Amino acid sequence: MSPKTLYDKIWDAHVAHEAEDGTCLLYIDRHLVHEVTSPQAFEGLRMAGRKVHAPDKTIAVPDHNVPTTAGREDPSQMTPESRIQVDALDKNAKEFGVHYYPVSDVRQGIVHIVGPEQGWTLPGMTVVCGDSHTATHGAFGALAHGIGTSEVEHVLATQTLIQKKSLNMKVEITGKLAPGVTAKDITLAVIGETGTGGGTGYVIEYCGEAIRDLSMEGRMTVCNMAIEGGARAGLIAPDETTYSYVNGRPHAPKGAQWEAALNWWKTLFTDEGAHFDKVVTLKGEDIQPVVTWGTSPEDVLPITGVVPDPEDFKGGKIEAARRSIEYMGLTPGQKLTDIEIDTVFIGSCTNGRIEDFRAVAEVVKGKKIKDGMRAMIVPGSGLVRAQAEEEGLADIFREAGFEWRLAGCSMCLAMNPDQLSEGERCAATSNRNFEGRQGYKGRTHLVSPAMAAAAALTGKLTDIRDLI
Amino acid sequence: MEKFEKLTGIAAPMPLVNIDTDMIIPKVFLKSIQRTGFGKNLFDEMRYNRDGTEIADFVLNQPQYRKAEILVAGDNFGCGSSREHAPWAIADFGIKCVVSTSFADIFFNNCFKNGILPIVLPQEQVDLLMADAEKGENARMTVDLEAQEITTSDGAVVTFEVDAFKKQCLLEGLDDIGQTLQKEASIQSYEAQMTQARPWV
Repeated sequence: MSPKTLYDKIWDAHVAHEAEDGTCLLYIDRHLVHEVTSPQAFEGLRMAGRKVHAPDKTIAVPDHNVPTTAGREDPSQMTPESRIQVDALDKNAKEFGVHYYPVSDVRQGIVHIVGPEQGWTLPGMTVVCGDSHTATHGAFGALAHGIGTSEVEHVLATQTLIQKKSLNMKVEITGKLAPGVTAKDITLAVIGETGTGGGTGYVIEYCGEAIRDLSMEGRMTVCNMAIEGGARAGLIAPDETTYSYVNGRPHAPKGAQWEAALNWWKTLFTDEGAHFDKVVTLKGEDIQPVVTWGTSPEDVLPITGVVPDPEDFKGGKIEAARRSIEYMGLTPGQKLTDIEIDTVFIGSCTNGRIEDFRAVAEVVKGKKIKDGMRAMIVPGSGLVRAQAEEEGLADIFREAGFEWRLAGCSMCLAMNPDQLSEGERCAATSNRNFEGRQGYKGRTHLVSPAMAAAAALTGKLTDIRDLI
Repeated sequence: MEKFEKLTGIAAPMPLVNIDTDMIIPKVFLKSIQRTGFGKNLFDEMRYNRDGTEIADFVLNQPQYRKAEILVAGDNFGCGSSREHAPWAIADFGIKCVVSTSFADIFFNNCFKNGILPIVLPQEQVDLLMADAEKGENARMTVDLEAQEITTSDGAVVTFEVDAFKKQCLLEGLDDIGQTLQKEASIQSYEAQMTQARPWV
């Protein structure tokens, strides 16, 4: 048998039907659903008189619209439009009998944090969701990607997706990371290298010593942003770190089934000599704490850099860079560490997990955020919030001057009341710095949690290495 | 789904690279639970001032492009979020075909589900079509899906590739779910095997 990549193995294990031209029906093991991209899909089922094919494999949770302030069960906290979407999910989840975590449930949170936390996401699975950051689940060695609403309806009705196989890309991060450098810096550095279109048509497997050394939470951060590099999915082969994270979670297999699962999971790695269509290698030692300066996640530079000159780019990127720099209100040649910020957002499916918050607490413990700074920390789930309370992190945040919120997507995409105002500038641990992403004419600089914490203290983009 | 066979219409040029789905339809408009009505907010922040007045120099506000049915766009069009509201807005505006050197994967798939034909061409050919589109309303291109050809306003012919299955679905306006349900026996037999092989799933 010819050697296979990890992607090849998971793909082969899920083909329910293959047509002569290679178009496949890929079986979907887990379908995650949220309130923004599902209402039209459920309505489609209803109009066609169809049922959800596998409600036991379908998990719904509201996250994009939900307020993150106290007393949010009060419906007046939401705009009428947001309330309609959340109410629609509530109604659809009950009517179609899928697993559901409503806002009142402590397990509610961002869909990509809830899935792994509850053990729904397991190695070797196929996972989809009407959300591009579904790539997150690839950290478990699961083939996971975002889909549109028509495909959400297709999966609800058939538990399959019509797919053709993508190409294989290997991203290897060799060696060790330097102090102050995190999973977020890895994933941004890779996008800086490949561009936001560099992964189009590929499934990425991240490997190498620096990836192996990451915790599951760090691995989720890396895979989460595979989509920002254009890849359909990001994958990391499961290992002991994965198994110990999964073991004991509510929906993880137990007893004899655990042993059987483990036996299969241990076969999920790329064989020696397997073919990759593209290979990118970065040295872990060379990666520095990074920050974005523009309005595309590929606009990445080490924090020690300066705002680039648009003329340094080629082709259509010259105009795009000019537009970005104007939108961001920056000047070519300006030192990144001279950029003053007024808002800090820590959270999202990229960096809203307990380890991210521990990293923030380490930086801000016993200190105060800069006067006038608006800084919020939004846990990725109710359980992350509870754990942070228990570990005393929440007290550290409150004492430092942060707002300590309830779980949701919040200011990552600003569909709820958490938004930037025109001209406000934010250091954010989220995943997109697009124009208007965090609010109309708001300006976003993507950074790691520790860098966001540092910026909250100093009021400027700051090299975390100066504070450790 | 509406069929796509042959289209002759005005092409609008949008050479900016990395046009993301937040630009195509900002999130404030994602709160509808319908599939229609997004066209008026297509490219909202590029198209309108905060007070709702039009930004005159934005391409789709220019008189010659207001009825564009084809978009010739910069590289990596549709990157970012998976929101199908982006192709819904494009279709609702009346655009049925987008040409670029590359598209983000999810957006590309979403187009086919909504009767929109996304066409990938090499840079030189996109440049040729962009130049044609810049001629304004005289730039009426013809996109022939059956023949896989684009004919410019001055008669130049550019051929393009399209996945055979996706082509068929567009030409016939086929509903994916209906087609997949015809293969229900394969799905059930896969599920029966998996109940044995991977019962924990």
